[in-house]
Amino acid sequence: MAKKITIEPVTRVEGHGKVTIHMDDKHNVTQARLHIVEFRGFERFVQGRPYWEMPVLVQRLCGICPVSHHLAAAKAVDVIVGAGTGEGLTPTGEKMRRLMHYGQIFQSHALHFFHLVSPDLLLGADADPAIRNVIGVALNFKDLAVQGVMMRKFGQEVILATAGKKIHGTGAIPGGINKNLSAEERDSFLKGADPLNVDKMIAWAQGAVDLFKDYHSKNSEIIDNFSVFPSNHLSLVRKDGAMDLYHGVLRAVDADGKKILNDVDCQDYLKYIGEEVRSWSYMKFPYLKELGKEKGWYTVGPLARLNTADFIPTPLAQKEFEIYKAYTKGKPNNMSMHMHWARLIELLHAGEMIKELVNDPDIMGDNLVTKGTKGREGVGLIEAPRGTLFHHYKINDNDQVVMANLIVSTTNNNEPMNKAVNFVAGKLFTGQSKITEGMMNRVEMAIRAYDPCLSCATHAIGKMPLEVSLVDTNENIIDRMSR
Amino acid sequence: MSKPIVATASLAGCFGCHMSLLDIDDRILQLIDLVEFHKSPVDDIKKFTKMCDVGIIEGGCCNSENVENLRDFRKNCKILVALGECAIMGGLPAMRNDIPVKECLEEAYLGSPTIDPKDPKIIPNDDDIPMILDRVYPLHEIVKIDYFLPGCPPRADLIWEALLTLATGKELNIPYEVFKFD
Ligand code: SF4
Repeated sequence: MAKKITIEPVTRVEGHGKVTIHMDDKHNVTQARLHIVEFRGFERFVQGRPYWEMPVLVQRLCGICPVSHHLAAAKAVDVIVGAGTGEGLTPTGEKMRRLMHYGQIFQSHALHFFHLVSPDLLLGADADPAIRNVIGVALNFKDLAVQGVMMRKFGQEVILATAGKKIHGTGAIPGGINKNLSAEERDSFLKGADPLNVDKMIAWAQGAVDLFKDYHSKNSEIIDNFSVFPSNHLSLVRKDGAMDLYHGVLRAVDADGKKILNDVDCQDYLKYIGEEVRSWSYMKFPYLKELGKEKGWYTVGPLARLNTADFIPTPLAQKEFEIYKAYTKGKPNNMSMHMHWARLIELLHAGEMIKELVNDPDIMGDNLVTKGTKGREGVGLIEAPRGTLFHHYKINDNDQVVMANLIVSTTNNNEPMNKAVNFVAGKLFTGQSKITEGMMNRVEMAIRAYDPCLSCATHAIGKMPLEVSLVDTNENIIDRMSR
Repeated sequence: MSKPIVATASLAGCFGCHMSLLDIDDRILQLIDLVEFHKSPVDDIKKFTKMCDVGIIEGGCCNSENVENLRDFRKNCKILVALGECAIMGGLPAMRNDIPVKECLEEAYLGSPTIDPKDPKIIPNDDDIPMILDRVYPLHEIVKIDYFLPGCPPRADLIWEALLTLATGKELNIPYEVFKFD
């Protein structure tokens, strides 16, 4: 008797996705899909708006990492106003934007680890869901919860100082930035009262990396084998191969580390990236044109970035990078749960970058905007916390947007997340006629490793409520479980 | 006295309003002591099992699921608060309101330059994904709303202030000057 299992957040409140798992009469998983149930229509309704609105408008797609959209749109608009394709800004303009971005990476990665992942790690995947959330962590590991809250706060303060608002700021404008860093702001980051200063933040970030390594050394069996499958990896890297989250050239490597794309100028992305539509999800499926739709899918985000980059240009993160790389003998890492490890190394890197930028005298300069000759089209790419983000706009003579194309980070990870769901579902559900809460949570854990924006609620402070039903071909419910 | 019960939801919003709630920073630990969270992204409760004192909603309604969920909140919350621009006026997603849904879908799935023009023309449509409403509706067009907190997102301090006041059973009386609409 064939069955279909649905893992569904009952309401849109708890997330924007759901999982269906189909099983044949021998209890084999025949198909597992992650459906994205959200559609906004941005590409169409920004048409006709003046191009300079894009940085403040499009960020309202996502309040979890608005800075990424703010900056990607600003970078695309820089090209339109003739301020160069990434290297044309004034030192103050460029560095303020970088500071904003690393503040964002810092707060987002801290939030993700402490609020979302730590409950699974510290309390266990099978712990009672009533306590397996950040409140449970707060009650049992108070110090850690405080660290998580304060690290997020620090990142948000950096965003406030650079963007003017903690959420949906206005700092980046066409060709530059609308303010510099004041001496008071600089001092508050460098010498703020404990714990809100950059040295403490770096120390805590290092502590988080160590916490994960310690957990990993005791649970390597689970972490390494939880979800692992060969994938291509894509990200921006600096021209010399260093990790750079704000700007660079596109690089893609395959599961063995062979370079598929290298040194690709962002403005040319259309030559290399395509997208496929499938009827069962509102989220498109991007692929590398070079390899085609079947084989060309790729992973983005922390895991991918540590696979594409040759080194990390700050000392503490570089040290951790070497340890991390040694674990896979320098080969690309294809273990989904190692995404958490990679993310924490980036958290450390972001802390170090904030310190470097805040100490840079350029950041207090007063030459804020670059002007140039206006064009009609621009592409802006950035490494958002969750991976490469693409913004592409065309305008008409009246400065109105006539075309907008967005590929958001989570979309890039669409196929890998589906692969991970298949992998975990195949492993857990095959041959089972009973569903347990722990099984459902493990499917979610696989998705959660990618930190997808689609389950923002989950991302924020808790777990998606789930309803799973085992249904036979006649739609009779055989077993049901919810939480 | 038992703790006041609070429920929250995000409908067609960007989660920025919920993030702004998190921006109360360390006061969040205090909040956990002061109120009990019921159905909310904060915990794992997926259905209302008791009457709540305060319900807080971010985002307007863009699909039928949103509408059902909103009605459910109205039924189970004594006070319902519309949090942020999207909940109050539909916000940015409502920019699609004067454009037919079909055009939005076609632009996204047929018109995009990353799509291979030789591909079969597919617009997602499946039993497993919900239908989209003709336009985005603000909350008060569907149910009665007791309070509106403006901002995109509303400032963390404003949310904190409002939560504390309402949860302790007092009238919310915030001077107009305190409101910020950006
Ligand atoms: S009001 Fe603003 S912050 Fe809140 S959900 Fe809407 S767009 Fe996001």
